[in-house]
Amino acid sequence: MVDATRSRKLSRSVSIAGVGICKFGAFPTKTTRDLFVEAFKDMQVNLGDKFDVKDIQTAYIGNYSSDLFERQGHTAPIIADWIGITPVPVTRIENACASSGSAFREGILAIASGLYDIVLVGGVEKMTDLPTEDVTDVLATAADGIYEIPAGLTFPGIYGELAKAHMDRYGTTSEHLMKVGIKNHKNGKLNPNAQFNVTIDDMMKSRQARAQERGQEVPEWNNEIDFLSDDKVNPMIAWPLRLFDCAPITDGAACVLLVSSDIAQNFTDSPVTIMGTGQATGKALHDSDELTSLSAAKIAGQMAYDMADLTPNEIQIAEVHDCFTIAEIVATEDLGFFAPGEAPHAVDEGRTSRDGDMPINTSGGLKSKGHPVGASGIGQIVEIFKQLRGEAGERQVEKDLEIGLTHNVGGTGGTCVVNIFKKGI
Amino acid sequence: MDSADFFENLKDNNLIGVQCEECGGLSAEIRYYCSVCRSSNLSPKQFTGKGTLSTFTCISIVPTRMAEEGFGRNNPYCSGIVTLEEGPRISARILNVDALKPGEIKTGQHLELDVQARDTERPILAFKYLS
Repeated sequence: MVDATRSRKLSRSVSIAGVGICKFGAFPTKTTRDLFVEAFKDMQVNLGDKFDVKDIQTAYIGNYSSDLFERQGHTAPIIADWIGITPVPVTRIENACASSGSAFREGILAIASGLYDIVLVGGVEKMTDLPTEDVTDVLATAADGIYEIPAGLTFPGIYGELAKAHMDRYGTTSEHLMKVGIKNHKNGKLNPNAQFNVTIDDMMKSRQARAQERGQEVPEWNNEIDFLSDDKVNPMIAWPLRLFDCAPITDGAACVLLVSSDIAQNFTDSPVTIMGTGQATGKALHDSDELTSLSAAKIAGQMAYDMADLTPNEIQIAEVHDCFTIAEIVATEDLGFFAPGEAPHAVDEGRTSRDGDMPINTSGGLKSKGHPVGASGIGQIVEIFKQLRGEAGERQVEKDLEIGLTHNVGGTGGTCVVNIFKKGI
Repeated sequence: MDSADFFENLKDNNLIGVQCEECGGLSAEIRYYCSVCRSSNLSPKQFTGKGTLSTFTCISIVPTRMAEEGFGRNNPYCSGIVTLEEGPRISARILNVDALKPGEIKTGQHLELDVQARDTERPILAFKYLS
């Protein structure tokens, strides 16, 4: 019989030696392989002379749907060839927007198993070749084709239902959601790899300036909330979610080099080590116990906390899956940073801002950094790695960071992967 | 029964899911294992088609199949989660509401099964909002 009470630990400690990320955005000339190579080269720079491509023993690549986005299946061997690591085994992992979070976990397990010591884990998505309606269709294939899609549901639609349920139950407002976006854009402005390097305030002022230049009537928005409440600027996508509640469509890639902790010092003086990892599945939202929470996130979070022997209040910084503004609010409740219904107030009080007591999405989050779905999970890990090492540049959190967390969701909680990291070994 | 039967039954405006013979657990979906106790001893269960609206959204940026039905930016539609009077929940289109005025649509409102496109191979699960 399986002993369900046995604490689940890795057989061998695993560390991140280096990370790479490409500029996120819309790049008409770049394909999946081009994006991945760019991230890989960035990782080579990050690792320096101590790393040789020949060291890589296997790789796991998260990618949601190059098949539908680009009509290119079987992307793993192509990526392997283009970064020069054939014939080592490379496996593509698909778990919707949690593809690379899942790939990361497979990489950890591969090293913990003892079979490998040095593993490349990455994620990549090339989304912008298709028109928006087609991208919506491709993303919607991650929902249930029999019991959700025929109801006309889209991803913004399902998260819109989650938002409405949260509003009904806790009194959350559209303004709370807007404040999540405003915060994440403030952070994204300071991230050179982000798709949007502008704040909402910047966008508002540039629209006013443009109107003035053209001799048009200058819109009188008093503040960012006023601006975001304007239907012309911020149209409804899936009520109550507006355009600026949604992460953009993005091309991007990111990767990390995972190594057995006992050899980490061969690659870097300042590795980041995995303290806990958890992954869980969940049902369609209509079959979930609660309409205001993602059960897979709660379970994956608990697995990671248990493995790390930590509680939520010991986490100092987190990147959470804000594919929609409401998703960040729900994530920070599911992870136990705030009690259910308290996250909107925490946003109001600035607690999740970069200088708050629980900084969330310092990278700009998926909202501002961009959401190349299959790359987003690793993109989050890249940010936590940089923050823990004090290498996040202008957006560096100004406190002594030791412990960070990432939370990567596929679909509306069909998959969730949570990882906890510490500085050093 | 298999997944195709779900649509076959909708053609007659019938919502048929499964009931667990062991624990009594219900699902409005065609399943092979009880979602409560995991028993495989399930039998078909016809639902009355009465329910309430638990949450909803009004979608303006529409997928291509909804665009083909004439929906779009200026003509959004309502989709929601229905709690059936027997207990289980299901996603469905919500009819008889003005999706341009979501503030006037109330959760908790009573709904009644009203399957659309019944004469096609893929009838659409929908509920009428009773105002």
